[in-house]
Amino acid sequence: MTPTDAKRPLQLNDQGQLRHFLSLDGLPRELLTELLDTADSFLEVGARAVKKVPLLRGKTVCNVFFENSTRTRTTFELAAKRLSADVITLNVSTSSTSKGETLFDTLRNLEAMAADMFVVRHADSGAAHFIAEHVCPDVAIINGGDGRHAHPTQGMLDMLTIRRHKGGFENLSVAIVGDILHSRVARSNMLALKTLGCPDIRVIAPKTLLPVGIEQYGVRAYTDLAAGLKDVDVVIMLRLQRERMQGGLLPSQGEFYKLYGLTEQRLALAKPDAIVMHPGPINRGVEIESAVADGAQSVILNQVTYGIAIRMAVLSMAMSGQQAQRQFAQGDAQ
Amino acid sequence: MKVSIHGAHVIDPSSGLDRVCDIHLDGGRIAALGAAPDGFDAEQQIAAHGLIAAPGLVDLAVSLREPGYTRKGNIASETRAAAAGGVTSLCCPPRTKPVVDTPAVVELILDRAASAGHARVFPLGALSKGLEGEQLAELIALRDAGCVAFTNGLAPMANNRVLRRALEYAATFDLTVVFKSQDADLAEGGLAHEGPTASFLGLPGIPESAETVALSRDLLLVEQSGVRAHFSQLSSARGVEMIAAAQARGLPVTADVALYQLILTDEALVGFSSLYHVQPPLRSRADRDALREAVKSGVVSAIASHHQPHEPDAKLAPFGATEPGISSVELLLPLALTLVEDGLLDLPTLLARLTCGPAAALRLPVGQLGVGAHADLVLFDAKAQTLAGEHWLSRGGNSPFIGHCLPGAVRYTLQGGRISHQA
Amino acid sequence: MTLPDPAALLARMAAELRAHLTRRGIQDPLFVGIHTGGVWVARALLEELGQSDTPLGVLNVSFYRDDFSRHGLHPQVRPSALPFDVEDRHLVLIDDVLMSGRTVRAALNALFDYGRPASVTLACLLDLDARELPIRADVLGATLSLPPDQRVKLLGPAPLALELQTLAASH
Repeated sequence: MTPTDAKRPLQLNDQGQLRHFLSLDGLPRELLTELLDTADSFLEVGARAVKKVPLLRGKTVCNVFFENSTRTRTTFELAAKRLSADVITLNVSTSSTSKGETLFDTLRNLEAMAADMFVVRHADSGAAHFIAEHVCPDVAIINGGDGRHAHPTQGMLDMLTIRRHKGGFENLSVAIVGDILHSRVARSNMLALKTLGCPDIRVIAPKTLLPVGIEQYGVRAYTDLAAGLKDVDVVIMLRLQRERMQGGLLPSQGEFYKLYGLTEQRLALAKPDAIVMHPGPINRGVEIESAVADGAQSVILNQVTYGIAIRMAVLSMAMSGQQAQRQFAQGDAQ
Repeated sequence: MKVSIHGAHVIDPSSGLDRVCDIHLDGGRIAALGAAPDGFDAEQQIAAHGLIAAPGLVDLAVSLREPGYTRKGNIASETRAAAAGGVTSLCCPPRTKPVVDTPAVVELILDRAASAGHARVFPLGALSKGLEGEQLAELIALRDAGCVAFTNGLAPMANNRVLRRALEYAATFDLTVVFKSQDADLAEGGLAHEGPTASFLGLPGIPESAETVALSRDLLLVEQSGVRAHFSQLSSARGVEMIAAAQARGLPVTADVALYQLILTDEALVGFSSLYHVQPPLRSRADRDALREAVKSGVVSAIASHHQPHEPDAKLAPFGATEPGISSVELLLPLALTLVEDGLLDLPTLLARLTCGPAAALRLPVGQLGVGAHADLVLFDAKAQTLAGEHWLSRGGNSPFIGHCLPGAVRYTLQGGRISHQA
Repeated sequence: MTLPDPAALLARMAAELRAHLTRRGIQDPLFVGIHTGGVWVARALLEELGQSDTPLGVLNVSFYRDDFSRHGLHPQVRPSALPFDVEDRHLVLIDDVLMSGRTVRAALNALFDYGRPASVTLACLLDLDARELPIRADVLGATLSLPPDQRVKLLGPAPLALELQTLAASH
């Protein structure tokens, strides 16, 4: 007897198309590439006078944010609107006595309002999986960030940024710097880079901010910033939360900056044409120097633009896959 | 009531008995093994040819949820479920509402258990009032009311000084203290074994050192105080290594493991199923293998269900927002038989860990089949199968094993000479 | 059934287009091909007109189709690329096969999201005489009437060729 669950591709339909977007784990390279290609097309739409297409006309997208976020929420809203969907955004407080009931009931209620898609952000790892599996399996669920686990749309917008600036992934060295332990962005980036064939992925952090078993992602861990940045093509800086100073993870922001802050001088260790990325919002003088954040090598604002296109691609692909699954299931029932 | 059980293959690990013979019960006790006593006129005959008869299982950790958490389970429902799992004696931990820190709560539990009549219940008392770790509970009053040992569960004592005094006080009266060694600070916020799986899933980890740091302190204080100690639900390879080392240097400590931790590993968490959310957490494959080895060698002398039934809502949330625990007592025997099926243990050794091993650890007067012993037995068909969940009795449906086909099927459970379960 | 030779059709289209533009007094129109077959036809047509250097707009209508609810998103979406401003300009929209008219409807909607053109002339290689919308080509290579289980497919980009396909019986 082996009573461990066989891993089911929860986020794919029977034809292998995306029907939920929960994590990059288990998604094949072809699908990630298709997503990037689709996002490229939406980028063109975003550059036009009329930035809207009628693809999701008549569909309702609910943004349900159990955790605060301005950028992710806004870009998801904008993405849905540019696809002509109707958008509702709910900021749900998690301070209610029973988090689980709130989540379950909130979503069931929204489902009853005939929402076609939920974008969910939640402080618990696995929240999006839970919703897709147990709450609303027939509604497309998009993970807008769950705990430390995954932030797949951020991961893919970072990949779009890299592909547009570097052409591909095959010969790249990419360094991810900072609080890897608590970062869902880092986890999604590592998975995406691996799947897309990046041969040299580095993570740079003190031991207190590196998760145990980081090697499983096929990355090399560095504790020294200078060594880790040597000749890289891409530097991805992570946001350092203020609360990390409590509980002994770090002595101070100042000491972190001294050791792991990205300054012009340190960036010079990377390749001359290296790009600098950051999921935002940035902490100037904590993880990154202003001169770098605003400098010629920074593509931080491009990331925001690409984020809308990636989210348009994810919304339309998942809606498409979920619909196909429903039709397939109906056909089956007949 | 006189009962004769005919033709069963009797295995009594405490005596080494391992042969086909009849068993005769009288007045709730075992009257004879083999030929019936002169003039024995059985009122009930059980044809048990092809079945194995063993002492009723003794489970050191079954949360009955009553008083206080009856939406999760109650004494009647959970002792009934235990009987279905082949259990005739069980210990219930003190985490009820109110906590088992006054004789009144003990009496309530014993009364309800007696009126339900499905299993013998041996309550564990709280070591500190309210399990708050500050002030000692009235241990002697609790002992006199029926508590067989004392524990603070996973709740920490206020500090090492209070812990030391509690142990010395318990030692004064030869009371047994049950430890669940997990350092609360190292485990704080943790949801899963700290390792690659937890890292991958972004679940906060509970390091192995949460167990070993607490365990080494506990062992030193046990040694210093001379208290009788039992270590419950060890989860790590290093943990059992430390118990083995303590036993080797003559410290008379015993230990148990949760049956599900002999089967599952942290890899089961992939997919975020809250059914695998347990405390202490499911650890690595290497840890599980070491636990199995320790059960085999006897360093760990007891296997317990660590049954924790829950209402559906307790598990219907994202992993971190769910309550830990598996509803497991009902499958104790068939799930344990998977260890025999997989060739990890022979049947007599397995039965020892489920009967005389746990009974000895807490000095319970059960777990063996000698003449004069309690007529507590389980009769099971080792060749049949149990479809887990087919006739579910526990209030808690939170078992990841439901739907699995498990080896062996309990046919009769007898407690005090009366049938408490029949299938 | 024998299919016409695209080269002959293109010659005819070029002549018709010239005549059409002259009749309407249109000078220097902008050319837009619908991805992918329409783009091939557009390039061939420009060559036939002796204007191979004229910039060609590429229009992808995936985001404007009316069958998203039925068929979902086309898996190989490519961006549109209009290397000019369409506002107040005369456009020649080119597709390979005109059938229901739904693709052209989508293309017109897409074009209008780039600006307000002065006019749109539609040029198609083939019309399969299966209109579902009131859309007709201004410039046409040929009209074909096919049995319901047959489709015609354009192979390209160069040389262009037409192929007859029989649909599998649907259940």
